[in-house]
Amino acid sequence: MPKMSFREALNQAMSEEMQRDPNVLLMGEEVGYYNGAYKVSQGMLARFGEKRVIDTPIAECGFVGIGVGAAMVGLRPIVELMTFNFSLVAIDQIINSAAKIHQMSAGQFKVPMVIRGAGGAAHQLGAQHSNSFEAVYCNTPGLKVVMPSTPADAKGLLKTSIRDDDPVVFIEAELLYGETGEVPEGEYLIPLGKGDIKRPGKDCTIVAYSKMVGLALQAAKELEKEGIDVEIVDPRTLRPLDEDLIFSSVRKTNRLVILQEATPHSSFGGEIAYRVQKHCFDDLDAPIERVASEDVPVPYALNLEAIVLPDVARVVAAVKRTLE
Amino acid sequence: METVTTPVPSQEAVHPALLKPLADADVPVLRDAYRQMLFIRRTEEAAAKAYGQGKIGGFLHLVIGQESICVGAALALRPADYMVTSYREHGHFMAKAGSSLASGKAVLSELWAKDTGCARGLGGSMHMFSAEHRFLGGYGIVGAQAPLAAGVAFGSKYQNLPEVTLCFLGDGAVNQGAFFEGLSLAGLWKLPVVFIVENNQYSMGTPLERTLAHPDITLRASGFAMQRDRFVSDDVLEVRDRISAAVERARTEFVPSLLEIETYRYRGHSMSDPGNYRTKEEIERWKKRDSIELARTRLLKVLPEAELVAIDDQVRDWVAEAVRFADESPPAQESSIWTTVYAQPGTDPRRM
Repeated sequence: MPKMSFREALNQAMSEEMQRDPNVLLMGEEVGYYNGAYKVSQGMLARFGEKRVIDTPIAECGFVGIGVGAAMVGLRPIVELMTFNFSLVAIDQIINSAAKIHQMSAGQFKVPMVIRGAGGAAHQLGAQHSNSFEAVYCNTPGLKVVMPSTPADAKGLLKTSIRDDDPVVFIEAELLYGETGEVPEGEYLIPLGKGDIKRPGKDCTIVAYSKMVGLALQAAKELEKEGIDVEIVDPRTLRPLDEDLIFSSVRKTNRLVILQEATPHSSFGGEIAYRVQKHCFDDLDAPIERVASEDVPVPYALNLEAIVLPDVARVVAAVKRTLE
Repeated sequence: METVTTPVPSQEAVHPALLKPLADADVPVLRDAYRQMLFIRRTEEAAAKAYGQGKIGGFLHLVIGQESICVGAALALRPADYMVTSYREHGHFMAKAGSSLASGKAVLSELWAKDTGCARGLGGSMHMFSAEHRFLGGYGIVGAQAPLAAGVAFGSKYQNLPEVTLCFLGDGAVNQGAFFEGLSLAGLWKLPVVFIVENNQYSMGTPLERTLAHPDITLRASGFAMQRDRFVSDDVLEVRDRISAAVERARTEFVPSLLEIETYRYRGHSMSDPGNYRTKEEIERWKKRDSIELARTRLLKVLPEAELVAIDDQVRDWVAEAVRFADESPPAQESSIWTTVYAQPGTDPRRM
């Protein structure tokens, strides 16, 4: 299996789908001549031309709305947001139009589009460019929400998302773009709503997604030195959620740590905690733990940012608390 | 940039449309336009009555007074063309379907929240859709439909289809960011779309002079390489002609347009708005320019009155039939809650 970076896997997924279906197109800021702000669309303009790889002005509300309308009449637009921080100026198009049109029209119109781009904190980007908004989109019926953690998952899930008949919010952790991994060639599709065990273990379950999977794996190594064997469950798609995979893991380990980069209040981790206590109440041997960012906007200073964002030590400590 | 001036007819003089000769070819068109406008008005009056009887829930925004725009616009379109609208859209929905009896039934049944409604009771007054008639929805967030409509036009152009999209907005929408972004991209990418601002003088209860820095709304197009036009809604044939010019410009030259049509709604913003911010005299003054009355007066010069009375009778019967149909239709179906949220086969909103 060839090794490639996360960004190359995304590029391959989009390119293969554009090759396969002439109604798939990519639009967004800098996706064409600049080859992508994060080089995800490198070479795609040269390959597919200006008609299908479309540079937009900085007008997220406008071009996300264009994607919605185009999807209603037969296209499958991939709309790239340079980062999901900017999705807020397009959020009405996403939540009130894209997510609701199929229902409001009683199924007469569908909106098969992918809204994708970078999300989460990177290095010292400050409060406005470090947001994790997945809970907002997970709280919206009509949407699907995907957050891959590996290049292979990124490819398989993006290809499925492009073929899906519903609007998909596809959030890529900015710091993962350069990560490499083995990626299956050609027709590789991962169904939405199917999670993955990233590390099997028996003592405690960690549910983590996107770049937090990497943090969980680091924590697992630390814990292994002390004889603690954690299982890491990566739901990969947050909506629909593979809750059965989480339940079966918790039933085995009887302990759960939820790891997320988003701030804790009203967040996705709370949903997992609700479902696990509801369905695995008698299986839990300890209160559910959650490791999240501190409940503050992400500050600029490196030393402060490091305190605010989740780190290995906090994950290790949380796992140990469940074992006390 | 010069302001496009619109000749506003004085109240005392004979309306200029009555002085214009009526071409032979336009007689059947005006006759049908009269029928359509009347059917839309009477259908909405039936809706207003039903609202008072508690048959309709939620918001109800009536287009009464503005029917010539709905019908004139539809006359300017081919069946394959699209309409995207705001939430004041019963008339547009009906006109796009030729104001057939079926369209009246579909609207009233939707308002009655019945399974036979145009969105099976899921959309309601503000969210009407018809795939068959390429009516892509009423939207309830002011101005949000502008980028969406530009996207529909983008889809047509991308697929090399000779279709035009009409996007209807109220004067209240022209201060929204989404409106400007829609115009900006339509102009930049030369999309076959015509934005029609129905200027009914008030954004909800606030008059134009308190919402617009400059009274000419079409000036907003001038930064976006679009064409613009500004006229009054009184004469449905003129509405058709002016919109046709913009539609054909969009279809053949990919030049989008922004049109501002001066009009007036006789009712409040919605059923809960008594409209106390307007005087009786103002409303009466506008009613003297009523498009339906004007069409009737013109037709009476060339058709026997009995023919118009027959139309009036047919409209009355159709409304009664549509009301009866809505009354007798089955309610919205519970299963639709689960089957309409996602399009992808196998996706169940209960398993998210």
